[in-house]
Amino acid sequence: MANVLANIFGSSPVQPLEKHMDVTYRCAKQLNEFFPAAIAGDWDKASAVRDEIERLEHDADDLKKEIRLHLPKSLFMPVPREDLLELLLVQDKIANRTKDVSGLVLGRKMRIPEAIAKAFLVFVERNVDAAKQARKSVRELDELFTAGFRGAEVDLVESMIQELDRIETDTDAKQAELRAALFKIESTLNPVDAVFMYKVIELTGEIADMAERVGRRLELLLSH
Amino acid sequence: MEAELIYIALAALFGIFMAWGIGANDVANAMATSVGSKALTIRQAILVAAVFEFAGAVLAGGAVTGTIRKGIVDADLMNGQPELLIYGMLASLLAAGTWLLVASRKGWPVSTTHSIVGAIVGFAAVGIGIDAVQWGKVGTIVMSWVVSPLTAGFIAFLIYLSVQRLILRHKDPLDRAKRYVPVYMFLAAFTITLVTILKGLSHVGLTISLRDSYLLAFLIALGIAIAGAFVVRRIEPDRKAEKAQHFYTVERVFGVLMIVTACGMAFAHGSNDVANAIGPLAAVISIAQSGLVASKSAIPLWVLIIGGGGIVIGLATYGRHVIATVGEKITQLTPSRGFAAELAAATTIVIASGTGIPISTTHTLVGAVLGVGMARGIEAIDLRVVGRIFISWVVTIPAGAVLAILFFFVFRAILP
Repeated sequence: MANVLANIFGSSPVQPLEKHMDVTYRCAKQLNEFFPAAIAGDWDKASAVRDEIERLEHDADDLKKEIRLHLPKSLFMPVPREDLLELLLVQDKIANRTKDVSGLVLGRKMRIPEAIAKAFLVFVERNVDAAKQARKSVRELDELFTAGFRGAEVDLVESMIQELDRIETDTDAKQAELRAALFKIESTLNPVDAVFMYKVIELTGEIADMAERVGRRLELLLSH
Repeated sequence: MEAELIYIALAALFGIFMAWGIGANDVANAMATSVGSKALTIRQAILVAAVFEFAGAVLAGGAVTGTIRKGIVDADLMNGQPELLIYGMLASLLAAGTWLLVASRKGWPVSTTHSIVGAIVGFAAVGIGIDAVQWGKVGTIVMSWVVSPLTAGFIAFLIYLSVQRLILRHKDPLDRAKRYVPVYMFLAAFTITLVTILKGLSHVGLTISLRDSYLLAFLIALGIAIAGAFVVRRIEPDRKAEKAQHFYTVERVFGVLMIVTACGMAFAHGSNDVANAIGPLAAVISIAQSGLVASKSAIPLWVLIIGGGGIVIGLATYGRHVIATVGEKITQLTPSRGFAAELAAATTIVIASGTGIPISTTHTLVGAVLGVGMARGIEAIDLRVVGRIFISWVVTIPAGAVLAILFFFVFRAILP
């Protein structure tokens, strides 16, 4: 029996979006396990963690496809459909970068130079913090909808986004320090390894960049 | 004399079947939100609905039933051949029932009210004559089908806007909710009770003065609001399910309010939709008993009771399943949103019932939900369904009319 009331509601993208961000964050979090194992030379463990990363990134992709399938143009929402899809896109990029950087390191069985290993681990953690703060902000999406994108809830989310910006600025600073430290020792390294080390720093830094872009996209939603 | 008994029995049978269908399918619209948001269990919802649908049908259903019985067809033209009206009303009931069956198979959002009115206009215009239809009245009714969802939408928009401005957008929404929800309860109870007393009770033989009506409504509403305030005070935040703004608990507070508006909605629905089932029955009875189409006679109480009873049985048997299904699908209609939509719809419907106008309760509720959506209260609304509703408006009246004409000629040929 067709019930008009039941059918008038399209499937809401809010919960799926929050769930997708959750999966993406859990993927990024694996880097806190992956890099210590890689630095210690325990490639079996690193490989196992990388498998988990791949699985989570795959789950995120599935969720992304589901959300896109269920956002027809005929859906009337308080915010534009395009903005939600853009948010989904940058969320997904966090998981993609995670997979890329871990794949690169695992594939080359890269040795992270001892001189910068400790600073690098701190750098990785800070990037994961950025992803965590992004998840915290996206989690407020349903509350934002309830409040109609105005009022105290907006102030709350804006302060979360500001914190996210601070973390990302911190990672930028740490990234610059790492590159300087690497520059000092690069002549002692195999040139190919050195170039790829710069690449790994760059890719890892992009995780925080993507997280900050999640914050930017959320801000766009708030401005409606 | 035996022929009259057959007619009444047939009309009663069709009418009860229609009433059963209304109880089984439409009542879910009133109660599903409460069940979906866990403000009520299914058993409580069925009980509440049964009491209030029945009350609405009996206490306030008389005016609309009167319109369906004799407001659409010009009674005087028929005094020479009263049996034509009997055939026509039987045909209308059968036509509307058939159309509803077809529509539900195909998943079309058609309205019981549109079906029965279309059917009656159809048989009267073609089976008897164009002048048999009171086109002025029909015009008013059709206009109300457009006006009622718009009105309900507008009221719901304002109500939800007030909820956002007063409660949801502030730093301490839980405290504010506890403060303001009893006020909303008072307004809801006051409005629905007042309209019912002012407009509806005359059919039950009760007349109350204007001043006493306001006083009575005020007192009843006050009682409900005070009881509600006590219940609401006890609600404490649930640490696990909460985020900073405590919206989860705010919704629980609104859940108590939803119970009040669900009662109102059930009452309103009963008051307007019972006529779709027993309006024709009342017409058949009045002709069969007196041989005349007596314009002025009141609807016998037992006819209203049959209608209300049919609705309750439909609700209790098949309705529980529909309520559960719909309740799962409308999770976006949280209590804060659902109450705005239901209060707006219930108020609009009760006013229409009081003025004797048959409107589509379902489409009115949809209009109210869209009003909440306009206030940016709904996460995702499927506009294709709205499109289908518009189409159903255009298709149902001719469809009901054609079917009724067919059945009318069949009955005229084979019935005594």
